[in-house]
Amino acid sequence: MKLGGDPSLAPAPPRDERAREEAIAIAAADVRRAGRVVWRGLDLSVVQGEFVAVLGPNGAGKSTLLHVILGLLPLRAGTAAVLGGRAGRRNSEIGYLPQRRSFEPETRIRGRDVVRLGLDGARWGLPLPPWMSRSTRAAERRVGEVIELVGASAYADRPIGELSGGEQQRLLIAQALARGPRMLLLDEPLDSLDLPNQVAVAALLERISTAAGVTVVLVAHDVNPILAYLDRVVYFAGGRGVVGAPREVIRGDVLSRLYGAPIEVLETSDGRLVVVGTPEPPAIHASRHDH
Amino acid sequence: MTIELAALSLDPVSDWNQLTTYPFMVQALEAGTIVAVMAGVVGWLMVLRRQVFAGHTLAVIAFPGAAAAALSGLPLAVGYYGFCSLGAGALAAASRGEVRGRSSESAAIGTLQALALGAGFVFVGLYNGQLGDLQAMLFGTFLGITAGQVLTLLWIAFGTLAILGVAARPLLFASVDPGVARARGVPAKLLDAGFLLVLGVAVAATAQITGALLVFALLVTPAATAQRLTARPGAGIVLAAAFALVVTWLGLAAAYFSPYPVGFWVTSFSFGLYVIVRVLTAGGPMGRTHATGAA
Repeated sequence: MKLGGDPSLAPAPPRDERAREEAIAIAAADVRRAGRVVWRGLDLSVVQGEFVAVLGPNGAGKSTLLHVILGLLPLRAGTAAVLGGRAGRRNSEIGYLPQRRSFEPETRIRGRDVVRLGLDGARWGLPLPPWMSRSTRAAERRVGEVIELVGASAYADRPIGELSGGEQQRLLIAQALARGPRMLLLDEPLDSLDLPNQVAVAALLERISTAAGVTVVLVAHDVNPILAYLDRVVYFAGGRGVVGAPREVIRGDVLSRLYGAPIEVLETSDGRLVVVGTPEPPAIHASRHDH
Repeated sequence: MTIELAALSLDPVSDWNQLTTYPFMVQALEAGTIVAVMAGVVGWLMVLRRQVFAGHTLAVIAFPGAAAAALSGLPLAVGYYGFCSLGAGALAAASRGEVRGRSSESAAIGTLQALALGAGFVFVGLYNGQLGDLQAMLFGTFLGITAGQVLTLLWIAFGTLAILGVAARPLLFASVDPGVARARGVPAKLLDAGFLLVLGVAVAATAQITGALLVFALLVTPAATAQRLTARPGAGIVLAAAFALVVTWLGLAAAYFSPYPVGFWVTSFSFGLYVIVRVLTAGGPMGRTHATGAA
């Protein structure tokens, strides 16, 4: 468990050879958003291939951590190295799935096209038609592969706005996977899904993480669908973040200290964890836009 | 200038010959062709980006632009392009700093629209010109399109389409999926502002044919029709341009053989095509399964 930390006492930024195996190295990081401190003194080191969950109440800075990793939000203090470079430098090797409202029903563009954007959507110029260009054919093949991987082939050619939340989510995961990234950042990917889909998508992510050695950082509201797969947990509350193995962090005494309020963690007979007594009002579940 | 009404003979060859007898009509057809292709392509993107309201406001801004140009003795085109570009800049500034603040953005756009309409009528009042000028500004005309104007349109369309071609994929990315696009290094804000500028130029060009109020006949309706038929971006863009082209030709021909303004005809054909496609596709792929996760 790593709590607190003065920026002046921050360890030296990781050296290159260390950083290669270290997918994320955040040290003594302070973050502000709109003048407000979101969290401070975060130390987080993630090894390549780990499966990490980011937990905590709304507004605690879970999505903010992903933005820091992507280099979209500069740190007030501390350092953030990602995939061996400064945060933001290696984003082409990161697949990102932002917290998402689903696509509006009027979005008349195929799921396949949305996946394709993940592959070459950042390129300027028009692609050549497939009969003229080998790379276009390769791109189409790659898109087909990732769609197959997430099990979305049956509906990939329908307009994405007409698909269900679970179907859209699978296609978006395929989009994030299109370039064969070394890291996946997912912001509440399970939130809009029903329970069977949550379990299926969680299992899919675990397969990607272990089979391809992809580092997965997943923001979640409910830890239980992914609990069995997790190497590590980052729990944010009260402007601080605790890092550790799931059962080291999701404990009554640890969370009580973090929240500054009495918290109990109950374990059900099937191994599910239930956090009781968080100051978060239950109604807050309806609006989950905690940027 | 008055033109005798041509009579429609229902013989395609002789009608085509009649239609292309006068140079002004040939130039109108040329200008219409250029404008239709540009409007179809830009319109498809506008509909996809849900910036129809912004497009409409730019069209309304075209009206005071033309009126101000008439008032100061400049060519109308100068007013159209000048005001629409300024308007696009204002819209881009109004929506700046917001990730996707649709509601406050549309409030700012609406404010601008009201101002533009008011200014247009003041300029027309000051100009004290003939009523025919006002009608042409609002509802379009195919008279008096010069060869020079056609050439200008051609360059503008060429430039616009070249920019869209270069920016195609990042623009599509930023339109459909702004969060991910930004994370991947797509300059989403620059593209947003750039697209508004392209939209402004396309509106200004289209307004010269259809008039300020009927720009949508070429900008929205063909694109909306195409999007009902296909969800493939490439096919959709080509279809939108093709539909715009067909309704423009039909509209110009109908206006030539009738006393009614070209804007009316283009609008009617455009709407007719949309209704036909809507009826044909009803109950088909539009049976929507709403996303469950719309929180």
